[in-house]
This record gives sequence, C-alpha cells and structure tokens, in this order.
Amino acid sequence: MEIARHWRLKQQRYGLVGEVCPHCDHKIFPPRDVCPNCGDEAKEPFNFSGQGEVFSFTTIYEAPAGFEANAPYTVALVKLDEGPMVTAQLTDLGEQPVEIGMPVEMVTRKMRNDGDERGVILYGYKFRPVLAGLR
Amino acid sequence: MSEQQLHMTPDKPVGIIGYGSYVPRYRLAAKEVARVWTGGKGGLPIKEKSVPGLDEDVVTMSIEAARNALARACISPQDIRAVWVGSESHPYAVKPTSTLVAEAIGAVPHTQAADWEFACKAGTEAFVAAMGLVGSGMGKYALAIGMDTAQGKPGDALEYTAGAGGAAYIVGPAEDSLARVNATYSFVTDTPDFWRREYQKYPEHGMRFTGEPAYFKHISEAATTLMHSIGTTAKDYKWAVFHQPNTKFPQKVAGQLGFSLEQIQPGLLVPVIGNTYAGAAMIGLTGVLDIAEPGDRILMVSFGSGAGSDAFDIEVTDKISERRNLAKKTGEYIARRTEIDYATYVRYRGKLAMK
Repeated sequence: MEIARHWRLKQQRYGLVGEVCPHCDHKIFPPRDVCPNCGDEAKEPFNFSGQGEVFSFTTIYEAPAGFEANAPYTVALVKLDEGPMVTAQLTDLGEQPVEIGMPVEMVTRKMRNDGDERGVILYGYKFRPVLAGLR
Repeated sequence: MSEQQLHMTPDKPVGIIGYGSYVPRYRLAAKEVARVWTGGKGGLPIKEKSVPGLDEDVVTMSIEAARNALARACISPQDIRAVWVGSESHPYAVKPTSTLVAEAIGAVPHTQAADWEFACKAGTEAFVAAMGLVGSGMGKYALAIGMDTAQGKPGDALEYTAGAGGAAYIVGPAEDSLARVNATYSFVTDTPDFWRREYQKYPEHGMRFTGEPAYFKHISEAATTLMHSIGTTAKDYKWAVFHQPNTKFPQKVAGQLGFSLEQIQPGLLVPVIGNTYAGAAMIGLTGVLDIAEPGDRILMVSFGSGAGSDAFDIEVTDKISERRNLAKKTGEYIARRTEIDYATYVRYRGKLAMK
C-alpha cells in the first residue's frame, strides 16, 4: 500500500491543478515550485482548463501490473492549451480512431486499485475526445 | 393529523443556481439482453440503457456532473458549503463518495460532505436537505447529486433497464437562480418493494408489488398532496418529470395525474439511457431545463423503493437562457453513443468471475 504517496498528489491528479509562474506567467504541470522557463520560484496554484490535443499516442496491449483489467488502452502525449505536455490514458474512445491533433478534454477517472480490490481506489486524469459542439 | 401546511418551503426562497448531467458513452440494447436470456421473445421495457466504461463509477460520474453544474452556476467551488451525493452504488461500503467529489471540484475543506441512501430517491433527498441548508441561511450554496451505476441480476427483469447516469444541482438563493424551487413535499411509508441485503451483489424486488402499492401510490400521493397544498393543477405546469424505472410507469402515472405525454416528453429519458436509479428524476429534469423557457413551471416527483417520493414545484427564471449553454447538455451525452454487445457489457460491469 502506498496511500501517502497518492494522497500527496491528489489535487494535480483529480483536477489537473498545476502552477503559474508569477514572474513570466509560464504555466507549469506537474507542479514543481520552480519555473522551468525562467528558473524563479513558482508556487502559485493554477487550474488548467483540461483542454488540449493529441501530440502522439500508442496502444498498450501488454499492460503493467495493476492496469491489466483495462487493456488494451491508448496512452497519449497531450499538449495542453496552456502549454505543458502531459502523458495520460485516453478513454471513452468507443470505436473512434485516434489521430494526432485530435482535440481532447480532461476527465477524472478510476486508474487502478492500490494493490487488489481490498485497497483504495486510485483516481486521476485521463483525456477523451471532446463532445461535439463544445469547443 | 392536525391542520398544518403539508408542503415545505424554506425561510429564504431558494432555487437552482447551476445544473449538470452525465451519461456514459456505452449502450446495451434491451433486445440484446432478450437475445441472451429469452431467445429474443417478450416485450422490451426500453430501447437501450447506458453502460459505464471500465474506468467509471459513481465518483467519476458525479465529478463530471458537478463540474457541469459549476460551469453553469458561475460561482467559486469554495462557496459551496455542502457536497451531498445520493446513490445506491457508492464505490466504497465505508468511505464517502462525497469527499472525493468535493476534493476534485475544489470545494474542500470548508464544506459538509455526506453520502445519501434511499434507493432511487437518495438524490432528491439530498436536494431537499440542500434547500433546507440554503433556505435557513446556514450556507449560501449546497451541491446535491443523484448518480448511479445500477446493478441488475443477469437475466432478471431489471437487467434490461439498470442504467448509469445522473445529475448534479447547486442550490442557492432564489434571486440568483435559473429556476426557483417554490415548494417540496415528501410522502414516505415502509413498503418493501425492492431491496438489497448487505454483502449481496444484486438487489431483489417484489415483482408486481413494485407497481401499485409502491411506485404509483407514492408518486401519486406526493404529487397530488403537493399540488393540492399549493393550489396548483396539472394544467399549471408546462413540464413534468417522474421517476422512470421503465417507459410505461411514468407515462401511466402522468396520465393518472392529468399530465399529457407532451408534458413529460423532454424529461422522459429512460427509453434511451435506462433507469439511472438515484439519478433518474434528476437527470430527467436536466432534459427539461435544457429546453425550458423563462416562466415555465415544472413538477418533479422522484420515487425511492422502501418507499417514498419527493415532489417539487419549480419555476424557470430568465437566467436559464444565458446559463444553459455554459456546459454540456444532456442530449449531447445521449447522442454520444457506442453500442456494445452482451459479452462486452458483462466485461465492463465486472460480471465475469476472474478468480
């Protein structure tokens, strides 16, 4: 069990909460308290919109431990509208093919159990194709 | 009973500040269930039901509905003083759904949080409590959610309809609302029409007993008592929403109460998403709010087995026009559909014994 480790990251994982640099306005995800752009301290929380697009992707057939029940699933590099690139699962694809440049939006989903079905359920961000007419 | 006002109204007028719904992407056709269990014979209670994906549960679905409600409310989540989730499929037996939802939408830590249970009316029960909290002045806003990923025993009549979805409502001062909630009334008796014992995976039901003494009795009494108490009739309402376990029941009870099929049409979602249990009446109301005009009056009546009904008199304000376009509409979720077969459904719903 790794309850404390996951608990510490809950805000960024549930709500895509990162940071904004007060010096150069650079948006930071995941939060790291130091701006990767100007090198100054950056601890101001920032709520990302969750909007982005697929930069690249791959489909996982042989899933790592804890993720087997969801295989096959697609993992993407998602370029957020505010700038940062995040790695995340895509979800709710149905039969929809994934394409580079495809607009996606963040949703909070079940990632896996901590251990087996007796452990806590770990939730986090994934991305799905945007619903029609809303972007 | 001594002479007293039967409908309930809070000290300060309250209303719906924001609303949001959620329906998962996957659909299982009722005829597919019939193909597996009855050789395709027999009548079908709905066209198809919604099925949650492998990574969805009442927590994730409540978060999305709450985000939609927040987008329409245009308030800070920090101003929400209660996050209440009604469901009969909370992911944990012990550990609140509501704390997770509150954390994900940024409403922590200065908030109430609790999970509500009353079969299919857990969500409207939370809604009534939210009216009380806001209407007494204890807090400016309260979030009430009704959401379910309903379980039906394989082959049972309920497997055709047990769907997934629901809605979230932010209750606040009437003057800021997109719909005022003028009054509510609840009718409750001990009627065992549907239940699930502890450690049991699937619920049991009293077959035809779920109809007359349960669904029809409680909805009719709640609706007629509320309307009599506040002096309205079916003609005063533009729209009505009733709990919808299948297509027939809400149509029948609407007729008995003097409502036309046109009045219930925009809120009758069960044919295309199934029975969303604690979410059923509440998501039906989102279907109405998505198309309602300022001044429209709406009657909503939920039903929860065990048994009881909450009835609400709701009046749409002119703020509806600007707010409803700020989030995803219920029809957009319903239009996003991928049909699955029974085998995929069995996998998605964890009905396969893996060990």
